[in-house]
Amino acid sequence: MADPGTPISPSLADMQNALLAVDRVRAGRIIRDSCIPGSPFTCLERLVVPALEEIGRRWEAGDVALSQVYMSGRICEEIVDTMLPPGDPRRIDQPKMAIAVLEDHHTLGKRIVLSVLRAGGFEVADYGQGVTVDQLVEQVIRNKVRILLISTLMLPAALRAKEAIAQIRKELPETKVIVGGAPFNFDPRLWTEVGADAMGYTASDTLARVKEMAGGMQS
Amino acid sequence: MTDPMTPLERTMTAISQKEPDRVPLFLLTTMHGAKELGMSIRQYFSKGENVVKGQTILQKKYESDCYYGFFYASAEVEAWGGEVIYIADGPANAGRPIIRSAQDITSIGVPEVASCENLKKITGCLTGLAEKSAGKIPVIGVVMSPFSVPVMQMGFEAYLDLIYSEPELFWELMKKNQQFCADWANTQLEAGANAICYFDPVSSPTCIPPELYRKTGMVVAKETIARIRGPTATHLASGRTLAIIDDIATTGTAIVGASALEDIGDVKRACNKRLTVLGNLNGIEMRRWTPAMAEEKVIETIARAGKGGGFILSDNHGEIPWQVPESVLLAISKAVKKYGTYPLDA
Repeated sequence: MADPGTPISPSLADMQNALLAVDRVRAGRIIRDSCIPGSPFTCLERLVVPALEEIGRRWEAGDVALSQVYMSGRICEEIVDTMLPPGDPRRIDQPKMAIAVLEDHHTLGKRIVLSVLRAGGFEVADYGQGVTVDQLVEQVIRNKVRILLISTLMLPAALRAKEAIAQIRKELPETKVIVGGAPFNFDPRLWTEVGADAMGYTASDTLARVKEMAGGMQS
Repeated sequence: MTDPMTPLERTMTAISQKEPDRVPLFLLTTMHGAKELGMSIRQYFSKGENVVKGQTILQKKYESDCYYGFFYASAEVEAWGGEVIYIADGPANAGRPIIRSAQDITSIGVPEVASCENLKKITGCLTGLAEKSAGKIPVIGVVMSPFSVPVMQMGFEAYLDLIYSEPELFWELMKKNQQFCADWANTQLEAGANAICYFDPVSSPTCIPPELYRKTGMVVAKETIARIRGPTATHLASGRTLAIIDDIATTGTAIVGASALEDIGDVKRACNKRLTVLGNLNGIEMRRWTPAMAEEKVIETIARAGKGGGFILSDNHGEIPWQVPESVLLAISKAVKKYGTYPLDA
Protein backbone atom coordinates (compact mmCIF):
# COMPACT_ATOMS: atom_id res chain seq x y z
CA MET A 1 0.00 0.00 0.00
CA ALA A 2 1.25 3.46 -0.83
CA ASP A 3 2.39 5.45 2.16
CA PRO A 4 -0.29 8.15 2.58
CA GLY A 5 2.47 10.63 3.31
CA THR A 6 4.28 9.96 0.04
CA PRO A 7 3.14 12.01 -2.94
CA ILE A 8 1.74 9.75 -5.63
CA SER A 9 3.57 9.93 -8.97
CA PRO A 10 1.59 11.35 -11.91
CA SER A 11 1.85 8.08 -13.83
CA LEU A 12 0.58 6.06 -10.85
CA ALA A 13 -2.41 8.38 -10.42
CA ASP A 14 -3.08 8.14 -14.17
CA MET A 15 -2.82 4.37 -14.02
CA GLN A 16 -5.34 4.15 -11.16
CA ASN A 17 -7.76 6.41 -13.00
CA ALA A 18 -7.42 4.43 -16.22
CA LEU A 19 -8.05 1.16 -14.37
CA LEU A 20 -11.05 2.51 -12.47
CA ALA A 21 -12.48 3.79 -15.76
CA VAL A 22 -11.89 0.30 -17.25
CA ASP A 23 -9.83 1.93 -20.00
CA ARG A 24 -7.51 -0.81 -21.31
CA VAL A 25 -6.00 1.35 -24.04
CA ARG A 26 -5.05 4.17 -21.69
CA ALA A 27 -3.64 1.76 -19.09
CA GLY A 28 -1.50 0.10 -21.78
CA ARG A 29 -0.26 3.46 -23.02
CA ILE A 30 0.74 4.56 -19.51
CA ILE A 31 2.72 1.36 -19.09
CA ARG A 32 4.47 1.84 -22.44
CA ASP A 33 5.28 5.47 -21.67
CA SER A 34 6.39 4.93 -18.07
CA CYS A 35 8.26 1.63 -18.06
CA ILE A 36 11.67 0.75 -19.37
CA PRO A 37 11.44 -2.06 -21.95
CA GLY A 38 13.10 -5.22 -20.69
CA SER A 39 12.58 -4.34 -17.00
CA PRO A 40 9.16 -5.82 -16.30
CA PHE A 41 9.67 -6.22 -12.56
CA THR A 42 10.51 -2.56 -12.07
CA CYS A 43 7.28 -1.74 -13.86
CA LEU A 44 5.32 -4.19 -11.73
CA GLU A 45 6.77 -2.91 -8.49
CA ARG A 46 6.53 0.79 -9.23
CA LEU A 47 3.31 1.02 -11.20
CA VAL A 48 1.11 -2.05 -11.56
CA VAL A 49 1.19 -3.42 -8.02
CA PRO A 50 0.89 -0.01 -6.27
CA ALA A 51 -2.08 0.86 -8.51
CA LEU A 52 -3.83 -2.41 -7.66
CA GLU A 53 -2.99 -2.03 -3.97
CA GLU A 54 -4.51 1.42 -3.86
CA ILE A 55 -7.64 0.23 -5.67
CA GLY A 56 -7.93 -2.65 -3.18
CA ARG A 57 -7.54 -0.25 -0.27
CA ARG A 58 -10.27 1.97 -1.71
CA TRP A 59 -12.59 -1.03 -2.13
CA GLU A 60 -12.08 -1.93 1.51
CA ALA A 61 -12.97 1.65 2.42
CA GLY A 62 -16.10 1.48 0.25
CA ASP A 63 -14.85 4.04 -2.30
CA VAL A 64 -14.66 1.78 -5.34
CA ALA A 65 -16.72 -1.21 -6.44
CA LEU A 66 -15.95 -4.89 -6.86
CA SER A 67 -16.52 -4.62 -10.61
CA GLN A 68 -13.70 -2.05 -10.79
CA VAL A 69 -11.40 -4.26 -8.72
CA TYR A 70 -12.19 -7.18 -11.03
CA MET A 71 -11.73 -5.25 -14.27
CA SER A 72 -8.52 -3.60 -12.97
CA GLY A 73 -7.08 -7.01 -12.15
CA ARG A 74 -8.03 -8.38 -15.56
CA ILE A 75 -6.49 -5.42 -17.40
CA CYS A 76 -3.26 -5.59 -15.40
CA GLU A 77 -3.05 -9.35 -15.84
CA GLU A 78 -3.37 -8.92 -19.63
CA ILE A 79 -0.69 -6.22 -19.69
CA VAL A 80 1.69 -8.15 -17.45
CA ASP A 81 1.20 -11.32 -19.50
CA THR A 82 2.50 -9.47 -22.56
CA MET A 83 5.62 -8.32 -20.67
CA LEU A 84 6.12 -11.49 -18.69
CA PRO A 85 4.18 -14.44 -20.15
CA PRO A 86 3.01 -17.20 -17.78
CA GLY A 87 5.84 -19.72 -17.37
CA ASP A 88 8.51 -17.14 -18.27
CA PRO A 89 11.66 -18.10 -16.35
CA ARG A 90 12.03 -14.47 -15.29
CA ARG A 91 8.85 -14.76 -13.21
CA ILE A 92 9.47 -14.56 -9.51
CA ASP A 93 11.38 -17.49 -8.06
CA GLN A 94 8.68 -18.57 -5.69
CA PRO A 95 7.28 -21.34 -3.53
CA LYS A 96 4.49 -23.50 -4.99
CA MET A 97 1.10 -21.81 -4.66
CA ALA A 98 -2.49 -22.81 -5.36
CA ILE A 99 -5.95 -21.33 -5.04
CA ALA A 100 -9.38 -22.97 -4.79
CA VAL A 101 -13.01 -22.08 -4.17
CA LEU A 102 -13.95 -24.47 -1.39
CA GLU A 103 -17.32 -26.27 -1.69
CA ASP A 104 -18.82 -23.30 -3.43
CA HIS A 105 -19.40 -22.21 -7.01
CA HIS A 106 -18.86 -18.46 -6.71
CA THR A 107 -15.67 -17.84 -8.63
CA LEU A 108 -15.37 -14.05 -8.84
CA GLY A 109 -13.20 -13.71 -5.73
CA LYS A 110 -10.80 -16.39 -6.94
CA ARG A 111 -10.62 -14.79 -10.37
CA ILE A 112 -9.77 -11.39 -8.89
CA VAL A 113 -7.08 -12.82 -6.62
CA LEU A 114 -5.58 -14.83 -9.48
CA SER A 115 -5.44 -11.74 -11.69
CA VAL A 116 -3.83 -9.61 -9.02
CA LEU A 117 -1.25 -12.26 -8.07
CA ARG A 118 -0.38 -12.90 -11.70
CA ALA A 119 -0.18 -9.15 -12.30
CA GLY A 120 2.22 -9.12 -9.36
CA GLY A 121 4.43 -11.67 -11.15
CA PHE A 122 3.39 -14.79 -9.23
CA GLU A 123 2.48 -18.19 -10.65
CA VAL A 124 -0.54 -19.75 -8.95
CA ALA A 125 -2.12 -23.13 -9.73
CA ASP A 126 -5.90 -22.90 -10.07
CA TYR A 127 -7.70 -25.85 -8.44
CA GLY A 128 -11.09 -24.56 -9.56
CA GLN A 129 -14.39 -24.20 -7.76
CA GLY A 130 -16.76 -26.50 -5.89
CA VAL A 131 -13.68 -28.30 -4.53
CA THR A 132 -14.48 -30.57 -1.58
CA VAL A 133 -12.36 -30.71 1.55
CA ASP A 134 -11.02 -34.15 0.59
CA GLN A 135 -10.19 -33.07 -2.96
CA LEU A 136 -8.41 -29.96 -1.75
CA VAL A 137 -6.39 -31.80 0.89
CA GLU A 138 -5.39 -34.49 -1.62
CA GLN A 139 -4.27 -31.95 -4.25
CA VAL A 140 -2.35 -29.78 -1.80
CA ILE A 141 -0.49 -32.75 -0.32
CA ARG A 142 0.21 -34.39 -3.69
CA ASN A 143 1.59 -31.15 -5.14
CA LYS A 144 3.36 -30.11 -1.93
CA VAL A 145 1.78 -26.68 -2.04
CA ARG A 146 3.57 -24.15 0.17
CA ILE A 147 1.05 -21.30 0.07
CA LEU A 148 -2.63 -22.16 -0.27
CA LEU A 149 -5.35 -19.60 -0.91
CA ILE A 150 -8.92 -20.58 -0.04
CA SER A 151 -11.73 -18.44 -1.43
CA THR A 152 -15.31 -18.66 -0.14
CA LEU A 153 -18.53 -16.72 -0.44
CA MET A 154 -20.95 -18.71 1.70
CA LEU A 155 -20.58 -19.13 5.46
CA PRO A 156 -20.81 -22.97 5.47
CA ALA A 157 -17.87 -23.13 3.03
CA ALA A 158 -15.85 -20.72 5.14
CA LEU A 159 -16.43 -22.90 8.19
CA ARG A 160 -15.40 -25.99 6.22
CA ALA A 161 -11.96 -24.44 5.70
CA LYS A 162 -11.19 -25.40 9.30
CA GLU A 163 -11.35 -29.09 8.48
CA ALA A 164 -9.26 -28.68 5.32
CA ILE A 165 -6.59 -26.67 7.11
CA ALA A 166 -6.39 -29.15 10.00
CA GLN A 167 -5.88 -32.08 7.60
CA ILE A 168 -3.28 -30.21 5.55
CA ARG A 169 -1.36 -29.27 8.70
CA LYS A 170 -0.99 -32.95 9.67
CA GLU A 171 0.91 -33.71 6.45
CA LEU A 172 2.42 -30.35 5.59
CA PRO A 173 2.88 -28.37 8.81
CA GLU A 174 4.91 -25.69 7.03
CA THR A 175 2.23 -24.89 4.44
CA LYS A 176 0.73 -21.44 4.89
CA VAL A 177 -2.97 -20.86 4.31
CA ILE A 178 -4.61 -17.56 3.43
CA VAL A 179 -8.42 -17.40 3.46
CA GLY A 180 -10.62 -14.76 1.93
CA GLY A 181 -14.17 -13.89 0.92
CA ALA A 182 -17.30 -12.25 2.29
CA PRO A 183 -17.76 -14.30 5.49
CA PHE A 184 -14.24 -13.38 6.60
CA ASN A 185 -14.81 -9.72 5.78
CA PHE A 186 -18.03 -9.64 7.81
CA ASP A 187 -16.54 -11.45 10.80
CA PRO A 188 -12.91 -10.39 11.33
CA ARG A 189 -12.37 -13.18 13.89
CA LEU A 190 -13.39 -16.00 11.58
CA TRP A 191 -10.00 -16.52 9.90
CA THR A 192 -8.33 -17.31 13.21
CA GLU A 193 -11.22 -19.57 14.18
CA VAL A 194 -10.66 -21.75 11.08
CA GLY A 195 -6.92 -21.92 11.76
CA ALA A 196 -5.65 -19.93 8.78
CA ASP A 197 -2.30 -18.13 8.87
CA ALA A 198 -3.78 -14.96 7.41
CA MET A 199 -6.77 -13.51 5.65
CA GLY A 200 -6.89 -11.32 2.59
CA TYR A 201 -9.42 -8.52 3.00
CA THR A 202 -8.88 -7.69 -0.65
CA ALA A 203 -6.95 -9.22 -3.53
CA SER A 204 -4.15 -6.72 -3.17
CA ASP A 205 -4.06 -7.37 0.58
CA THR A 206 -3.69 -11.05 -0.33
CA LEU A 207 -0.81 -10.12 -2.64
CA ALA A 208 0.91 -8.38 0.28
CA ARG A 209 0.42 -11.45 2.51
CA VAL A 210 1.77 -13.74 -0.25
CA LYS A 211 4.84 -11.51 -0.69
CA GLU A 212 5.55 -11.67 3.06
CA MET A 213 5.14 -15.44 3.18
CA ALA A 214 7.08 -16.10 -0.02
CA GLY A 215 9.89 -13.89 1.24
CA GLY A 216 10.35 -16.16 4.22
CA MET A 217 10.40 -19.40 2.22
CA GLN A 218 12.83 -21.24 0.01
CA SER A 219 11.29 -22.06 -3.38
CA MET B 1 -52.95 0.04 28.66
CA THR B 2 -53.86 -0.15 24.98
CA ASP B 3 -53.76 -3.45 23.11
CA PRO B 4 -50.50 -3.97 21.27
CA MET B 5 -50.57 -3.42 17.57
CA THR B 6 -50.69 -6.39 15.25
CA PRO B 7 -47.45 -7.01 13.33
CA LEU B 8 -49.09 -5.59 10.20
CA GLU B 9 -50.20 -2.41 12.01
CA ARG B 10 -46.77 -2.07 13.60
CA THR B 11 -45.02 -2.45 10.26
CA MET B 12 -47.35 -0.12 8.35
CA THR B 13 -47.00 2.56 11.05
CA ALA B 14 -43.21 2.35 10.86
CA ILE B 15 -43.29 2.53 7.05
CA SER B 16 -45.45 5.67 7.26
CA GLN B 17 -42.56 7.25 9.21
CA LYS B 18 -44.39 7.24 12.53
CA GLU B 19 -43.62 5.49 15.78
CA PRO B 20 -45.65 2.31 16.36
CA ASP B 21 -46.00 0.64 19.77
CA ARG B 22 -42.51 -0.82 19.37
CA VAL B 23 -39.81 -1.27 16.76
CA PRO B 24 -40.95 -3.93 14.26
CA LEU B 25 -38.72 -6.99 14.06
CA PHE B 26 -38.29 -8.84 10.77
CA LEU B 27 -36.32 -11.88 11.92
CA LEU B 28 -35.65 -13.33 8.49
CA THR B 29 -35.21 -16.99 9.34
CA THR B 30 -35.60 -19.41 6.43
CA MET B 31 -33.67 -22.66 7.01
CA HIS B 32 -34.38 -22.61 10.75
CA GLY B 33 -37.84 -23.94 9.89
CA ALA B 34 -36.20 -27.23 8.89
CA LYS B 35 -34.65 -27.48 12.36
CA GLU B 36 -38.06 -26.89 13.95
CA LEU B 37 -39.59 -29.71 11.90
CA GLY B 38 -36.61 -32.06 12.30
CA MET B 39 -36.00 -32.16 8.54
CA SER B 40 -33.05 -31.67 6.23
CA ILE B 41 -33.01 -28.34 4.41
CA ARG B 42 -33.70 -30.10 1.11
CA GLN B 43 -36.66 -32.03 2.53
CA TYR B 44 -38.04 -28.91 4.20
CA PHE B 45 -38.09 -26.86 1.00
CA SER B 46 -39.53 -29.70 -1.08
CA LYS B 47 -43.09 -28.80 -0.03
CA GLY B 48 -44.79 -25.47 0.53
CA GLU B 49 -46.73 -26.81 3.51
CA ASN B 50 -43.48 -27.53 5.36
CA VAL B 51 -42.50 -23.87 5.04
CA VAL B 52 -45.96 -22.75 6.17
CA LYS B 53 -45.56 -24.89 9.30
CA GLY B 54 -41.97 -23.77 9.83
CA GLN B 55 -42.70 -20.07 9.40
CA THR B 56 -45.71 -20.29 11.70
CA ILE B 57 -43.64 -21.91 14.45
CA LEU B 58 -40.75 -19.47 13.99
CA GLN B 59 -43.00 -16.39 13.99
CA LYS B 60 -44.66 -17.48 17.20
CA LYS B 61 -41.40 -18.45 18.88
CA TYR B 62 -39.47 -15.28 18.08
CA GLU B 63 -42.47 -12.91 17.73
CA SER B 64 -41.19 -11.72 14.40
CA ASP B 65 -43.41 -9.17 12.66
CA CYS B 66 -43.60 -10.99 9.33
CA TYR B 67 -43.94 -14.32 7.62
CA TYR B 68 -41.06 -14.77 5.19
CA GLY B 69 -41.97 -16.84 2.15
CA PHE B 70 -38.41 -17.07 0.84
CA PHE B 71 -37.12 -20.53 -0.07
CA TYR B 72 -33.72 -20.00 -1.78
CA ALA B 73 -32.50 -17.65 -4.49
CA SER B 74 -31.62 -20.41 -6.94
CA ALA B 75 -35.32 -21.38 -7.19
CA GLU B 76 -35.57 -18.72 -9.91
CA VAL B 77 -32.69 -20.19 -11.88
CA GLU B 78 -34.37 -23.56 -11.53
CA ALA B 79 -37.40 -22.00 -13.25
CA TRP B 80 -35.10 -20.95 -16.12
CA GLY B 81 -33.89 -24.54 -16.48
CA GLY B 82 -30.89 -24.40 -14.17
CA GLU B 83 -29.69 -26.81 -11.54
CA VAL B 84 -29.93 -26.37 -7.77
CA ILE B 85 -27.24 -27.73 -5.47
CA TYR B 86 -28.41 -28.44 -1.94
CA ILE B 87 -26.06 -28.44 1.02
CA ALA B 88 -26.72 -29.71 4.52
CA ASP B 89 -26.06 -26.50 6.44
CA GLY B 90 -26.72 -23.56 4.15
CA PRO B 91 -28.88 -22.19 1.36
CA ALA B 92 -29.11 -24.07 -1.92
CA ASN B 93 -26.74 -22.79 -4.60
CA ALA B 94 -27.22 -22.42 -8.33
CA GLY B 95 -25.28 -24.98 -10.34
CA ARG B 96 -23.61 -24.62 -13.74
CA PRO B 97 -24.61 -21.40 -15.51
CA ILE B 98 -27.48 -21.73 -17.98
CA ILE B 99 -26.15 -18.88 -20.13
CA ARG B 100 -22.73 -19.82 -21.44
CA SER B 101 -22.48 -17.75 -24.62
CA ALA B 102 -23.81 -14.59 -26.22
CA GLN B 103 -26.04 -16.79 -28.39
CA ASP B 104 -27.68 -18.20 -25.25
CA ILE B 105 -28.91 -14.72 -24.30
CA THR B 106 -30.61 -14.36 -27.66
CA SER B 107 -32.07 -17.84 -27.73
CA ILE B 108 -33.15 -18.36 -24.11
CA GLY B 109 -36.90 -18.23 -23.63
CA VAL B 110 -38.58 -16.52 -20.68
CA PRO B 111 -40.22 -19.13 -18.47
CA GLU B 112 -43.93 -18.77 -17.93
CA VAL B 113 -44.33 -18.54 -14.17
CA ALA B 114 -47.69 -20.32 -14.12
CA SER B 115 -46.15 -23.41 -15.67
CA CYS B 116 -43.03 -23.61 -13.45
CA GLU B 117 -43.64 -26.56 -11.15
CA ASN B 118 -40.91 -25.58 -8.68
CA LEU B 119 -42.45 -22.13 -8.16
CA LYS B 120 -45.87 -23.57 -7.37
CA LYS B 121 -44.66 -24.80 -3.97
CA ILE B 122 -43.65 -21.20 -3.17
CA THR B 123 -46.98 -19.69 -4.25
CA GLY B 124 -48.76 -22.45 -2.32
CA CYS B 125 -46.71 -21.52 0.72
CA LEU B 126 -47.61 -17.83 0.38
CA THR B 127 -51.31 -18.71 0.17
CA GLY B 128 -50.96 -20.86 3.29
CA LEU B 129 -49.16 -18.09 5.15
CA ALA B 130 -51.77 -15.51 4.12
CA GLU B 131 -54.45 -17.78 5.60
CA LYS B 132 -52.49 -18.12 8.84
CA SER B 133 -51.94 -14.38 8.95
CA ALA B 134 -55.62 -13.51 8.69
CA GLY B 135 -54.59 -9.99 7.80
CA LYS B 136 -52.52 -9.49 10.94
CA ILE B 137 -49.01 -10.52 9.93
CA PRO B 138 -47.37 -9.24 6.74
CA VAL B 139 -46.45 -12.01 4.29
CA ILE B 140 -43.27 -11.25 2.38
CA GLY B 141 -42.57 -12.68 -1.06
CA VAL B 142 -39.17 -12.47 -2.74
CA VAL B 143 -37.77 -11.88 -6.22
CA MET B 144 -34.22 -11.61 -7.48
CA SER B 145 -33.90 -8.38 -9.44
CA PRO B 146 -33.52 -8.72 -13.21
CA PHE B 147 -30.20 -6.91 -12.79
CA SER B 148 -28.81 -9.29 -10.15
CA VAL B 149 -30.13 -12.68 -11.24
CA PRO B 150 -27.57 -12.99 -14.10
CA VAL B 151 -24.92 -13.73 -11.46
CA MET B 152 -26.68 -17.09 -11.12
CA GLN B 153 -27.70 -17.36 -14.78
CA MET B 154 -24.21 -16.84 -16.20
CA GLY B 155 -21.67 -16.40 -13.36
CA PHE B 156 -20.44 -13.11 -11.92
CA GLU B 157 -17.33 -12.71 -14.07
CA ALA B 158 -19.12 -13.32 -17.35
CA TYR B 159 -21.87 -10.96 -16.23
CA LEU B 160 -19.46 -8.14 -15.40
CA ASP B 161 -17.81 -8.65 -18.78
CA LEU B 162 -21.27 -8.40 -20.37
CA ILE B 163 -22.14 -5.17 -18.53
CA TYR B 164 -18.87 -3.51 -19.52
CA SER B 165 -18.45 -4.88 -23.03
CA GLU B 166 -21.79 -5.87 -24.59
CA PRO B 167 -24.44 -3.24 -23.84
CA GLU B 168 -26.92 -4.45 -26.47
CA LEU B 169 -26.83 -8.03 -25.25
CA PHE B 170 -26.99 -6.80 -21.66
CA TRP B 171 -30.25 -4.95 -22.34
CA GLU B 172 -31.63 -7.91 -24.27
CA LEU B 173 -31.10 -10.04 -21.16
CA MET B 174 -32.58 -7.33 -18.92
CA LYS B 175 -35.80 -7.21 -20.97
CA LYS B 176 -36.21 -10.97 -20.59
CA ASN B 177 -35.42 -10.92 -16.89
CA GLN B 178 -37.75 -8.00 -16.28
CA GLN B 179 -40.62 -9.89 -17.88
CA PHE B 180 -39.99 -12.90 -15.64
CA CYS B 181 -39.43 -10.82 -12.51
CA ALA B 182 -42.62 -8.77 -12.83
CA ASP B 183 -44.63 -11.89 -13.64
CA TRP B 184 -43.14 -13.78 -10.68
CA ALA B 185 -43.65 -10.88 -8.25
CA ASN B 186 -47.27 -10.38 -9.32
CA THR B 187 -47.97 -14.10 -9.05
CA GLN B 188 -46.70 -14.02 -5.46
CA LEU B 189 -48.86 -11.00 -4.66
CA GLU B 190 -51.90 -12.77 -6.11
CA ALA B 191 -51.04 -15.86 -4.05
CA GLY B 192 -51.13 -13.90 -0.80
CA ALA B 193 -47.91 -11.93 -0.36
CA ASN B 194 -48.46 -8.42 1.00
CA ALA B 195 -45.13 -7.09 -0.25
CA ILE B 196 -42.19 -8.16 -2.38
CA CYS B 197 -38.56 -8.06 -1.33
CA TYR B 198 -36.57 -7.05 -4.43
CA PHE B 199 -33.11 -8.52 -3.88
CA ASP B 200 -30.60 -6.50 -5.87
CA PRO B 201 -27.05 -6.98 -4.53
CA VAL B 202 -25.30 -6.18 -7.83
CA SER B 203 -26.73 -2.65 -7.67
CA SER B 204 -24.84 -2.01 -4.44
CA PRO B 205 -21.83 0.35 -4.55
CA THR B 206 -20.00 -2.67 -3.10
CA CYS B 207 -20.43 -4.37 -6.49
CA ILE B 208 -20.66 -1.63 -9.14
CA PRO B 209 -19.87 2.10 -9.09
CA PRO B 210 -22.86 4.42 -8.51
CA GLU B 211 -22.49 6.06 -11.93
CA LEU B 212 -22.81 2.65 -13.60
CA TYR B 213 -25.79 1.80 -11.37
CA ARG B 214 -27.58 4.92 -12.56
CA LYS B 215 -27.25 3.75 -16.17
CA THR B 216 -28.12 0.10 -15.48
CA GLY B 217 -29.53 -1.30 -12.23
CA MET B 218 -31.48 1.84 -11.37
CA VAL B 219 -33.13 1.99 -14.80
CA VAL B 220 -33.98 -1.71 -14.53
CA ALA B 221 -35.36 -1.24 -10.99
CA LYS B 222 -37.55 1.72 -11.95
CA GLU B 223 -39.07 -0.10 -14.90
CA THR B 224 -39.53 -3.38 -13.03
CA ILE B 225 -40.93 -1.98 -9.78
CA ALA B 226 -43.44 0.03 -11.81
CA ARG B 227 -44.74 -3.27 -13.17
CA ILE B 228 -45.05 -4.93 -9.73
CA ARG B 229 -48.59 -4.46 -8.44
CA GLY B 230 -47.77 -4.12 -4.76
CA PRO B 231 -45.26 -2.57 -2.35
CA THR B 232 -41.59 -3.50 -2.61
CA ALA B 233 -38.57 -3.46 -0.32
CA THR B 234 -35.16 -3.23 -1.98
CA HIS B 235 -32.46 -5.31 -0.35
CA LEU B 236 -28.84 -5.16 -1.43
CA ALA B 237 -28.05 -8.30 0.59
CA SER B 238 -25.15 -7.06 2.76
CA GLY B 239 -23.94 -4.59 0.12
CA ARG B 240 -23.44 -0.93 0.93
CA THR B 241 -26.29 1.48 0.17
CA LEU B 242 -25.31 4.99 1.22
CA ALA B 243 -23.87 6.27 -2.06
CA ILE B 244 -27.06 5.40 -3.96
CA ILE B 245 -29.80 6.09 -1.40
CA ASP B 246 -31.05 9.14 -3.33
CA ASP B 247 -31.23 6.99 -6.46
CA ILE B 248 -32.98 4.07 -4.75
CA ALA B 249 -35.54 6.55 -3.43
CA THR B 250 -36.55 7.31 -7.03
CA THR B 251 -37.19 3.68 -7.98
CA GLY B 252 -40.60 3.45 -6.33
CA THR B 253 -39.55 1.15 -3.53
CA ALA B 254 -40.66 1.71 0.09
CA ILE B 255 -37.90 0.08 2.13
CA VAL B 256 -34.14 -0.35 1.81
CA GLY B 257 -31.98 -2.97 3.55
CA ALA B 258 -28.86 -1.55 5.20
CA SER B 259 -25.46 -3.22 5.28
CA ALA B 260 -23.58 -4.05 8.48
CA LEU B 261 -20.65 -2.28 6.79
CA GLU B 262 -22.43 1.05 7.28
CA ASP B 263 -23.78 3.03 10.22
CA ILE B 264 -27.53 2.47 10.05
CA GLY B 265 -28.04 5.93 11.56
CA ASP B 266 -26.28 7.44 8.53
CA VAL B 267 -28.41 5.35 6.20
CA LYS B 268 -31.58 6.43 7.95
CA ARG B 269 -30.62 10.10 7.79
CA ALA B 270 -29.87 9.72 4.09
CA CYS B 271 -33.28 8.10 3.58
CA ASN B 272 -34.80 11.26 5.05
CA LYS B 273 -38.28 9.78 5.41
CA ARG B 274 -38.43 8.81 1.72
CA LEU B 275 -37.58 5.20 2.53
CA THR B 276 -37.88 3.00 5.61
CA VAL B 277 -34.61 1.43 6.64
CA LEU B 278 -34.34 -2.29 7.42
CA GLY B 279 -31.35 -3.81 9.18
CA ASN B 280 -28.58 -4.16 10.01
CA LEU B 281 -27.57 -6.85 12.54
CA ASN B 282 -24.49 -8.71 11.29
CA GLY B 283 -25.75 -12.19 10.39
CA ILE B 284 -22.28 -13.67 10.01
CA GLU B 285 -21.07 -12.51 13.42
CA MET B 286 -24.42 -13.48 14.96
CA ARG B 287 -23.31 -17.12 14.80
CA ARG B 288 -20.88 -16.54 17.68
CA TRP B 289 -22.79 -13.94 19.67
CA THR B 290 -23.83 -14.65 23.23
CA PRO B 291 -27.34 -13.61 24.30
CA ALA B 292 -25.76 -10.65 26.11
CA MET B 293 -23.98 -9.55 22.92
CA ALA B 294 -27.21 -9.91 20.95
CA GLU B 295 -28.96 -7.65 23.45
CA GLU B 296 -26.18 -5.10 23.21
CA LYS B 297 -26.33 -5.06 19.38
CA VAL B 298 -30.11 -4.61 19.42
CA ILE B 299 -29.83 -1.69 21.85
CA GLU B 300 -27.13 -0.08 19.71
CA THR B 301 -29.03 -0.51 16.44
CA ILE B 302 -32.29 0.82 17.85
CA ALA B 303 -30.43 3.78 19.36
CA ARG B 304 -28.98 4.64 15.94
CA ALA B 305 -32.09 4.27 13.81
CA GLY B 306 -35.21 3.75 15.92
CA LYS B 307 -36.38 7.25 16.71
CA GLY B 308 -39.34 8.57 14.74
CA GLY B 309 -40.29 5.28 13.05
CA GLY B 310 -39.19 4.55 9.51
CA PHE B 311 -37.14 1.64 10.86
CA ILE B 312 -37.49 -2.15 10.99
CA LEU B 313 -34.94 -4.19 12.93
CA SER B 314 -33.55 -7.09 10.92
CA ASP B 315 -30.31 -8.74 9.85
CA ASN B 316 -28.14 -7.15 7.18
CA HIS B 317 -28.41 -9.83 4.50
CA GLY B 318 -32.04 -10.83 4.26
CA GLU B 319 -31.44 -14.35 5.55
CA ILE B 320 -30.16 -15.49 8.92
CA PRO B 321 -27.52 -18.22 8.58
CA TRP B 322 -28.40 -21.77 9.61
CA GLN B 323 -25.57 -21.69 12.16
CA VAL B 324 -27.14 -18.91 14.29
CA PRO B 325 -28.36 -20.53 17.52
CA GLU B 326 -31.84 -20.30 18.96
CA SER B 327 -30.51 -18.63 22.11
CA VAL B 328 -29.29 -15.64 20.08
CA LEU B 329 -32.55 -15.32 18.13
CA LEU B 330 -34.52 -15.45 21.39
CA ALA B 331 -32.25 -12.79 22.90
CA ILE B 332 -32.82 -10.50 19.88
CA SER B 333 -36.57 -11.00 20.19
CA LYS B 334 -36.53 -10.31 23.92
CA ALA B 335 -34.31 -7.24 23.52
CA VAL B 336 -36.47 -5.59 20.88
CA LYS B 337 -39.47 -5.84 23.19
CA LYS B 338 -37.48 -4.56 26.16
CA TYR B 339 -35.60 -1.73 24.47
CA GLY B 340 -37.67 -1.06 21.33
CA THR B 341 -40.87 0.13 22.93
CA TYR B 342 -41.83 3.65 21.86
CA PRO B 343 -41.23 6.31 22.97
CA LEU B 344 -37.60 5.24 23.10
CA ASP B 345 -35.40 6.24 26.00
CA ALA B 346 -33.12 9.13 25.18
